[in-house]
Amino acid sequence: MDHSFATPSGFRQRKLPPRMRMRGSAADMTDPSQLFEDTSTSSGSPGMEYRASETQSAGFTAQSLLSDPMSNLAMAYGSSLATQGKDMVDKRLYQFIPISKLKYYFAVDTMYVGKKLGLLVFPYMHENWEVRYQQDTPVAPRFDINAPDLYIPAMAFLTYILVAGLALGTQNRFSPEILGMQASSALIWLIIEVGVTLLSLYIMTVNTDLTTIDLIAFSGYKYVGMIIGVLSGLIFGRICYYLMLLWCCIAIVVFMVRSLRLKILSEAAAEGKLIRGSKNQLRMYLTITIAVVQPIFMYFLTYHLVR
Amino acid sequence: MAFTLYSLIQAAILCVNAVAVLHEERFLSKIGWGADHGIGGFGDEPGIKSQLLNLIRSVRTVMRVPLIAVNSVTIVLLLLFG
Repeated sequence: MDHSFATPSGFRQRKLPPRMRMRGSAADMTDPSQLFEDTSTSSGSPGMEYRASETQSAGFTAQSLLSDPMSNLAMAYGSSLATQGKDMVDKRLYQFIPISKLKYYFAVDTMYVGKKLGLLVFPYMHENWEVRYQQDTPVAPRFDINAPDLYIPAMAFLTYILVAGLALGTQNRFSPEILGMQASSALIWLIIEVGVTLLSLYIMTVNTDLTTIDLIAFSGYKYVGMIIGVLSGLIFGRICYYLMLLWCCIAIVVFMVRSLRLKILSEAAAEGKLIRGSKNQLRMYLTITIAVVQPIFMYFLTYHLVR
Repeated sequence: MAFTLYSLIQAAILCVNAVAVLHEERFLSKIGWGADHGIGGFGDEPGIKSQLLNLIRSVRTVMRVPLIAVNSVTIVLLLLFG
């Protein structure tokens, strides 16, 4: 074994120019099967080494980089290492953040965004609030207006921060640190709200298919109302701010109750029949509490912006 | 209303510490919240009280060792940076 490793590499070091030495030694480690096949077929070792060196020296006379078999081997090995590394990183990342699930929430188009924004502001005429399913997975938001998405909450959150900066600027209270403070405040209230909702869903043993991301999406829909209130308050004055905020608060309460009722309550209770039972009553209270907490947040996160 | 991420982490550490120091025999059994009270009926409706007791017991079991590490790190950081 040592003989077959030592002599071909020693022979190659004598034959090769210095810059090719590294590639030769790399190919030694990466493709021992080639060398082993060469040394195992015939009986006499000195004659066999001579034949191996003949075939390999023919390969080394080629000058260009791409036709060199050793550099090809090295490139192939490097790219396979890179693919392995990428696969490992993807697998680790997928364990923490389900990326394909996130992609589902961003599969929106312009018509969906327009209709959803209209639904957030005026949910009174919409009749069918059920999410359509397609073989156990919800249909993408592009095809079903009732499905929650993450595009509108994310954009609304960023727009809220910008509008807060604008509003503070009109009151001469702006500085770049305040933008960061507003952003982290709003984000932390969102985390607290989603955390408390998850905790209460766990304690009441509600069997729903509401995932964490669904809850983040539903909690992010209130930023749309906040932006509308603050912008109208900036343009038209405080009375208009209060009016638009009131309108958006009532709209978001109705939106949340109608959306969450189908997901949290049992099917019979969601259809409107009154089922007496402490479990359903508790779930109804939970739905109403989640819906009523939204206007409180909407007011507290915007009242200091319109003075 | 100026919340930072750091204050959220502090509040979370304090809450988890508070749940972790509830002693099983000296306190929880006295007020009827012990581990033996939680496993009541095996029906399909666990009920709020047994869910809460399960939650408290699992937080205490799981978070004991990580809390030691997190508390030590927090103490060192607070000593250094105030």
